[in-house]
Amino acid sequence: MDLAPRAPLQASARPPAGSLWLRGWLVPVGSVLAGLFAFGLFVAAIGHNPLVVFATIAEGGFASSFAWQNTLLRAAPLILTGLAVALPAQAGLVVIGAEGALAFGALAASVVAVPIASQLAPQSVPLAWLAGGLAGMAAGGAWYALIGLFRARRGLNETISSLLMSYIAIAVFNHLVEGPLRDAASLNKPSTLPLPAEAMIGSLPGLEVHWGLLLGIVACLLAQIVISRSTWGFSLRVAGGNPRAAMLVGLPVGTLIVLACVAGGASAGLAGAIEVMAVHGSANASVLAGYGTTGILVSFMARHQPLAVIPVAVLMGGIAAAGSLLQRRLDLPDATTMVLQGLLFVAILAGDAFRPKDQR
Amino acid sequence: MNPSRRSLLRAAGATGIVSATGLPLAVHAQAPITVGVIYVGPRDDFGYNQAQAQAAAILKKMPGVKVVEEEKVPETVAVQKTMEAMINQDKASLIFATSFGYFDPHVLKVAEKYPKVRFEHCGGLWTDGKHPKNVGSFFGYIDGAQYVAGVVAGHMSKTKKLGFVAAKPIPQVLRNINAFTMGARSVDPSITTRVIFTGDWSMPVKEAEATNSLIDQGVDVVTCHVDGPKVVVETAEKRGIMSCGYHASQAALAPKGYLTGAEWDWSTPYKELVEAARNNKPMINFLRGGLKEGFVKMSPYGASVSAAAKTAGDAARASLTKGDFVIFKGPLKDNKGGTAIAGGTKLEMTNVELEKMNYLVEGVVGSIPA
Repeated sequence: MDLAPRAPLQASARPPAGSLWLRGWLVPVGSVLAGLFAFGLFVAAIGHNPLVVFATIAEGGFASSFAWQNTLLRAAPLILTGLAVALPAQAGLVVIGAEGALAFGALAASVVAVPIASQLAPQSVPLAWLAGGLAGMAAGGAWYALIGLFRARRGLNETISSLLMSYIAIAVFNHLVEGPLRDAASLNKPSTLPLPAEAMIGSLPGLEVHWGLLLGIVACLLAQIVISRSTWGFSLRVAGGNPRAAMLVGLPVGTLIVLACVAGGASAGLAGAIEVMAVHGSANASVLAGYGTTGILVSFMARHQPLAVIPVAVLMGGIAAAGSLLQRRLDLPDATTMVLQGLLFVAILAGDAFRPKDQR
Repeated sequence: MNPSRRSLLRAAGATGIVSATGLPLAVHAQAPITVGVIYVGPRDDFGYNQAQAQAAAILKKMPGVKVVEEEKVPETVAVQKTMEAMINQDKASLIFATSFGYFDPHVLKVAEKYPKVRFEHCGGLWTDGKHPKNVGSFFGYIDGAQYVAGVVAGHMSKTKKLGFVAAKPIPQVLRNINAFTMGARSVDPSITTRVIFTGDWSMPVKEAEATNSLIDQGVDVVTCHVDGPKVVVETAEKRGIMSCGYHASQAALAPKGYLTGAEWDWSTPYKELVEAARNNKPMINFLRGGLKEGFVKMSPYGASVSAAAKTAGDAARASLTKGDFVIFKGPLKDNKGGTAIAGGTKLEMTNVELEKMNYLVEGVVGSIPA
């Protein structure tokens, strides 16, 4: 990898570095606190004690080993689908079709990993996972390559095309799962042939969270390094920041756009593959649980920074885990978690106004 | 538990478990218990989830029973963690997992980890030797109620065209379409049912489009099998045609056109399963029932239902309740001209062959996609 110095895109007069660093942290933390405060007002307005609600959120999402594992397990797929939005965003694209790439990733993994696993001795089953994971990444990447090509060659708006193509992907997924790829034994829940239970991806040592969490974290780290430390990443950011200028200096903007899309699609495809190989065992309608959609929220809240995707995904996982306890303990409706998510989202976007200019 | 259900269970081959003895009898008849109930959609969906929540509300009124509920839990790790959280954080010892998709792998996986907790799943097919002993499946034979609704619809229809908005062409759905159609055609064999598959359980826009399209084709009674029949029934009412409900009662949504509906009465199995759990009785792994056992019921007749239709509906319900009438028996043709059930074959409601249904009967206009 060709390491280039991290050149600031804008060399105007700026405040001292320490203050920048502080604001870089203060703003997101302050935004989250402001969002939580607004949520406290909301629950008070509907007749609940905010302190009890916050204590319940802490207990449900973060206050015990069980709660943390609950949170992390729910966060695992969101890291990868968040990355699926964050990577194309580096090239200035708003691609929101991760659910479609996830669907194809899940299909590809089930088609590839299941027959391979049945041929392998138990100790070599990880080879089937590798094949399934690569197949999922390839399928998701290929699907997103189309979005990139449409954008680069024809100027088609990638937000619209990715959203609409996502519906096509889901329809194809359902057609294949309920038709040609259906396991005849899956009567009332049409599914592809399942991985045997002993061939499923297991949990991380000492945890009850599958390996998808670690893969997601590694993917984010790699993405962050490539984006902020490599020439490729630098070119990508230039192309995203000002495509015309990038073209003038001779950067292959079209290729960069397609590659950024492929990387995003591969990330969502991997999420689908892991859902099949670690959770469901087969591809079926339950796999499409909206992780791709939540990934959009995650990436925007993380300001499309791959490293920030990790804590934001964990926050979302924690909110989901906490929402579960809020329902059971306080009889709050499920929509409460949507309100909390929404308020945090708005608060974080509004917090942008307080960021130093070149960090926006 | 009445003797007839015993015999029903025996027919299903599950008596070995049900009548297993040797577990200590409960000391306190009213031992307190915490029950967790999990829904895949909103509790107030006028449909599948509401029917489950109504039963949970009845459990809440039982002394010593504490109910914790969670709605909109997807069929992913989320439901695994919800079940575990109910056990760890709420001390639940009986879990009702009410969505079909919860069963494999989610319920099976968590049940193995918590062998002392009872997991009762709605709709699954618990199999001895294959599934954990602390897992049970309960379900209702609602095709009987669909048949009765079909009889009423058959009497009320003037155009002789009925409509059915269906989610997915799975056996459970096909069985309802067929039973509804056969009920209507028992009144008048010239009646046909047009079916439209929307492709998924909750597709409100497509459900409205399908209903409108059916009405444009001349259908004057519509029913459905989707998670929330609200949109179908409301659209029918707005367009001035009649409707039959499903899952729960949608009468409030269609005061003019609502005829009747096939409803679940999950409080029957819920109460039985809670009593078994709190009194430490043997695990009930396989529990099924229909009109007779009170697992399903009919919505009260709507205002517009004629006296003749009521009489015919009541008669059909009575003979199905008595058990001397079998819906699926040969010779039965499918809608492609082939034989669905050969002459002389009678498939009782409990027959597992019916849980593999893959055809639409004569009189249904439409085909099974893919």
